[in-house]
Amino acid sequence: MPNSEFIISVTTFTYGLALVFYIAGWIFKKETPGRLGTTAMIAAGAGNTAGFFLRWAETYEMGYSYVPLSNLYESLVFFSLCIAVIYLFIEFKYKVRTIGIFASLCAFLSVAYASLPSMDSGIQPLIPALQSNWLIAHVITCFIGYAAFAIACGISIMYLGKSAAADPDTGTAGRIPDTETLDDLTHQMVTFGFLFLSIGIITGAIWAEQAWGRYWGWDPKETWSLVTWLIYATLLHARFMRGWTGKKIAVLSCVGFAAVLFTYFGVNLLPGLHSYL
Amino acid sequence: MKTRNNDESAADRIWRFFASVRLSVVLLLTLAATSIIGTLIPQNADPAAYERKFGQPLYTIFEALNLFDMYRSWWFRLLLCLLIANLVVCSVRRLKSTWKTIFPKKPTYQTERFRKSSGRIQWQVEKAQPGDLKQTLEPYIRSRLGNVSVKNPESQGGVLIFGEKGRWTRLGVYAVHFSVLLLMTGALIGSIFGYEGQMNVPEGEARKQFSLTNTNQSKELDFEVRCDEFEVSHYPSGRPKDYRSDIAIVENGEVVRQHELRVNDPLTHRGVTMYQSTYGKTPGEKLTVVLTESATGDKHEKTISIGETIEMPGGKSELTIEDYSDSFAFRGHNIGPAFLARLVPESGRATPVLLPVEHPSFDRMRRGDYEISVKDVDFRYYTGLQIKQDPGVPVVYAGFLIMIIGCYITFFMSHRKMCVELQPEDTGTRISVAGISTRNRMGTKSAVKKLSRKIENLTSKT
Ligand code: HEM
Repeated sequence: MPNSEFIISVTTFTYGLALVFYIAGWIFKKETPGRLGTTAMIAAGAGNTAGFFLRWAETYEMGYSYVPLSNLYESLVFFSLCIAVIYLFIEFKYKVRTIGIFASLCAFLSVAYASLPSMDSGIQPLIPALQSNWLIAHVITCFIGYAAFAIACGISIMYLGKSAAADPDTGTAGRIPDTETLDDLTHQMVTFGFLFLSIGIITGAIWAEQAWGRYWGWDPKETWSLVTWLIYATLLHARFMRGWTGKKIAVLSCVGFAAVLFTYFGVNLLPGLHSYL
Repeated sequence: MKTRNNDESAADRIWRFFASVRLSVVLLLTLAATSIIGTLIPQNADPAAYERKFGQPLYTIFEALNLFDMYRSWWFRLLLCLLIANLVVCSVRRLKSTWKTIFPKKPTYQTERFRKSSGRIQWQVEKAQPGDLKQTLEPYIRSRLGNVSVKNPESQGGVLIFGEKGRWTRLGVYAVHFSVLLLMTGALIGSIFGYEGQMNVPEGEARKQFSLTNTNQSKELDFEVRCDEFEVSHYPSGRPKDYRSDIAIVENGEVVRQHELRVNDPLTHRGVTMYQSTYGKTPGEKLTVVLTESATGDKHEKTISIGETIEMPGGKSELTIEDYSDSFAFRGHNIGPAFLARLVPESGRATPVLLPVEHPSFDRMRRGDYEISVKDVDFRYYTGLQIKQDPGVPVVYAGFLIMIIGCYITFFMSHRKMCVELQPEDTGTRISVAGISTRNRMGTKSAVKKLSRKIENLTSKT
């Protein structure tokens, strides 16, 4: 039986394939590559799911039995899975494949990063503080939120591209949905992500309350998740302000996703107290 | 008169200032931007370390701006207060009109808005009169929607059937805003009435007293916490797997509660929550000191307890065991558990003596008349409990729940009005189905589709 890491490598390749097909379908305005892109994306999503559950089974084989959401490697695998599932749902609901370019790119980068040789992908048992169902709920909801924001960012980039295009109704730009639909989709993805990020922060706070006796402690990771949340709250309110066009909202959605990425990857680069004490 | 007018307009202006969404956008972004500072500068560290890192001038400026404890600074709290004022004023102002919309005396429907709405679906039914169709459709629409009203416009035999759903969902956004207030209130209650501290309970003993965090004070609980057993287990790789304390709550000499305290599984008793936080080893009552005469190598053994003083052989000096440390740092090296003692000669200065448990020949370095070491230390585990009381937590948790429910209602439910219009035509009736809603255009479109499909089925049967 292949191990989960092998399956994830194949999945990485398949996401890459989906990306190539989606781009080809968009540039050459052909149905076939687009359809192949969808097929590859479904296959990659299925592989990703299999990899996730297989790793879960592997933790049982090693006698540690935990849900594989406890380190960077495992979270990256889950992140790409969330992106694939949410994206495929949108593709089937709204029949737009151009968004697939960004979605497959994000999913590909995520698992490709996880597959780097330098990534520690070992199965390590959980220390006591991490043995919590609230933590599982926390990770799952946060990553669903992050994935929605990733797709919202992709749609916003398309929005900005479309509105900047000299000739928005023909050529490659013409194959992007109209700005109204994009704006609507961004908003839907942001509200979906906002709900899940809120639940994620809340379950994280409950976990912190149980493990450390405080629901909020202003540690860098917590604070950055709050910063992200505040940026998206701003976006939600910006719609009620006169003079705020879809463009500014699209920019905010990109800034919000930058904050997501920093919360996810960047916080570890920040100065900890120990770095100079 | 004039001044009063000015007063009023000033109050009005303040009210309008706080009622603006522009202000809230500014405040939310400012809070986001300033919160970042505290992640770039580690908070509440040693002042000397800050001075080393930033240099004197920058340190003074940062200190003046409270950047080393910014989340508790006056200006950060001011921003939060402004946000709350903004939130309250804005909500109060809007709630007045929303309330009228939600609980109208009589719902009104503007036909033109439906006629112009996108996603309107029309088709024709042959050989049917609007009046007959109305008979079939009205009961169905009543079963699906609320506030159904039927009108005959323009007296041409046409029929309009209105209905709606989810008027109350307009309140969702107020729930979200209210939950933000609850979170802030809960945090305030916690910071005023809460406390936090640390209590170490050796196995087999009970304690009431604990030391408060960030102060030198201690406090006493209304009950005793007894630790019956502490156990730490490891994975084969040496990683810790579980910390567990079997604790009992003792009130007036009686055990009222027992609990296996674990990380992630705290115990709350009388509003006080106890968490498994650390553990360590503590020496028991008695230990043995070994005194080896440096000249002859003769050994003497004596039993002693912490705080006790014994006379050294020959009676020329006295040895007191003064203290114990779990992990003693000697010239930067951790030499593990150690006793700190003091040797006082008949005349002359006292000498400190360090007695590491795991390094019995350590004291040879001192080159005294006697080389001193300890043995037979009867170690016991103690469990380190974090003690916390925070009456704000239930308020905060209520805020969490309301926020999730409120967001769900706001984002995924909507106040949707539907209109079915039946217009007479030469050969039958034109049916149009349209919907408008507070949000979720796509959802409304699909609701319109669904309703028209259902109506098509109903009308084709008759
Ligand atoms: C952290 C604080 C806040 C949070 C989490 C929050 C959350 C929300 C959410 C989720 C919405 C719904 C957005 C949508 O319909 O897409 C909303 C709408 C709104 N918020 Fe806030 N808000 C906050 C602070 C404020 C403040 C300070 C104001 C003060 C002006 C404000 C005024 C409004 C208004 C006017 C709306 C539109 C309501 C409507 O649909 O009629 N919010 N808010």
